[in-house]
Amino acid sequence: MSDAPTETAAETAEEVALPAAAGRLGGLAEFWHYFAQSKGAVVGLVVFVLLVLMAILAPWLAPYDPTAQFQQSILVPPAWLPGGSSAFLLGTDAVGRDMLSRIMHGARYSLVIGLIVVTMSLLCGVTLGLLAGYFRGWVETVIMRVMDIILAFPSLLLALVLVSVLGRGLFNAMIAIALVLQPHFARLTRAAVMAEKNREYVVSARVAGAGHLRLMLVTILPNCLAPLIVQATLSFSNAILEAAALGFLGVGAQPPTPEWGTMLADARDLILRAWWVVTLPGLAILITVLAINLVGDGLRDALDPKLKRS
Amino acid sequence: MLSFLLKRIALLVPTLIGISIVSFGLIRVLSVDPVSLLSGEHAMSPERHAELMHQFGFDRPIWLQYLDYVFGVLHGDFGVSITTKTSVLTQFLTLFPATLELSLCAMLLAIVLGIPAGIFAAIKRGSWFDQLATGTALVGYSMPIFWWGLLLIIVFSGGLHWTPVSGRIDLQYFFKPVTGFMLIDSLLSGQKGAFQSAVSHLILPSIVLGTIPLAVIARQTRSAMLEVLGEDYIRTARSKGLPPRRVVGLHAFRNALIPVVTTIGLQVGLLMAGAVLTETIFSWPGVGKWMIDAIGHRDYAVVQGGLLIIAVIIMLVNLCVDLLYAVINPRVRVHG
Repeated sequence: MSDAPTETAAETAEEVALPAAAGRLGGLAEFWHYFAQSKGAVVGLVVFVLLVLMAILAPWLAPYDPTAQFQQSILVPPAWLPGGSSAFLLGTDAVGRDMLSRIMHGARYSLVIGLIVVTMSLLCGVTLGLLAGYFRGWVETVIMRVMDIILAFPSLLLALVLVSVLGRGLFNAMIAIALVLQPHFARLTRAAVMAEKNREYVVSARVAGAGHLRLMLVTILPNCLAPLIVQATLSFSNAILEAAALGFLGVGAQPPTPEWGTMLADARDLILRAWWVVTLPGLAILITVLAINLVGDGLRDALDPKLKRS
Repeated sequence: MLSFLLKRIALLVPTLIGISIVSFGLIRVLSVDPVSLLSGEHAMSPERHAELMHQFGFDRPIWLQYLDYVFGVLHGDFGVSITTKTSVLTQFLTLFPATLELSLCAMLLAIVLGIPAGIFAAIKRGSWFDQLATGTALVGYSMPIFWWGLLLIIVFSGGLHWTPVSGRIDLQYFFKPVTGFMLIDSLLSGQKGAFQSAVSHLILPSIVLGTIPLAVIARQTRSAMLEVLGEDYIRTARSKGLPPRRVVGLHAFRNALIPVVTTIGLQVGLLMAGAVLTETIFSWPGVGKWMIDAIGHRDYAVVQGGLLIIAVIIMLVNLCVDLLYAVINPRVRVHG
């Protein structure tokens, strides 16, 4: 007897949960339907997944250690060129390091840089944007003025000066890039929060007694996610480009780190002698950034029909 | 219009103050004291150090130093470079024409190619041209331009010997700068071949610096045109029997121009960031390379002054864009 009501309650709960789960799955299916309409987005996603796999498996996939120097094989061209060797498929650099291994390991740096920078700027920017859009008044004025000031500087130049002040190195470069990228998140979040704040569901949640924190994080934020996801994707590729640029200018990752931009900086003097040392790391950057931008375009079209370009 | 202008300018003041605080504070507060930067590797007695700190006024409260700096800046004094011992403003003014010349050529390239490409892609939507243009624009948009520059040097300078690798003009031509623009000065000098040399030096850097703006402008023009072409008034214009050229050129393009102009204005900041990379690759003696060198030498006066001047220039360009925007789009004037 005593079991029956519990069972019924559980059943009811299941019944309630099922349509919700189906709704979520349906939403995902619908999202995938729109996303898959763009061939470019799917290709971008496939390339991106391959890059992630390459990054994760680099220590096992790469034929050599990325910093191992083979003194007998300096500036060996790629295998398909005369003078190339099958031991070094993509050739070697000026101190005899295997290009293929370095590029594979470079994927780890670029993707992790992108991930950390986007996480930092997303957390910081969304928090500031939420506060500005939710509280308005002087909080908003102060936050948005500071964002305006950061945006008044060319991002790369500001990042460059920040790194030179904080000290050269990959970690400081990531902090600097995150700092110059976060105003975009703050602006987007603020605009979205202002649009949502006076909607009925928010008002009713407030009347029901939800506190500021709950209103901001649980009620409003989930409804502002679409533009943020798109911006996060674009910032991901931006972060990779800027980190590579800082590496190229000598203030980002320091040699012998196999970061793609740093590899390019190392190879600059060789441009007219050994094209592969210059061409390959840059090509890796381009492919990665292009794949992420393709995914970003697809996400924008699928998530936000209003922003649809075509 | 006047009240719009005044309101817009009044809004700039807090940003301007913020910019000056950031460019002053970043260097002064966070870095080591400037006197040890001056002395470099050499050891300095504490007495001498204190004497120099006092001489330059670094021992005073930081806000007083800031006010001093702002006072100086308002009188055109941006400080003196540690490495060259010359005025920061003078250095900037001698180098800026080089960056301006390069940026203008890059922007010209981006506009002249980007807008027509965007328009044609929108008119012939889905055609091979549209797909080619959209694809190329996406590649251009994703391009690490420092690599793109090296690649062009490999092909056109190294392989084909069509263009020089670096600098603004061949060394055999020498003349006093009149305008600072090499293209004009080389013509004024009357030396045979000087102009061609200046042009050949300008081609690759302009392409490199113009690539991302070109991609952005083409994408923006295409999407703005697509949006406008779907409007009712275009259908009306078409159904009136107006020739397609007139519909596209007059009715559609003029309305699509508004977001495109904004986009072009927003590229200026990007252009300055791009100039840092482009000038480094091509050893172009402009403001970008000057900043990089100053950062390398820890020449704080130059970094501080350069950052401030560049940010102010970008802000003024954005102001001009806003005003231009109000001229093309009367709605902004009323509600802005």
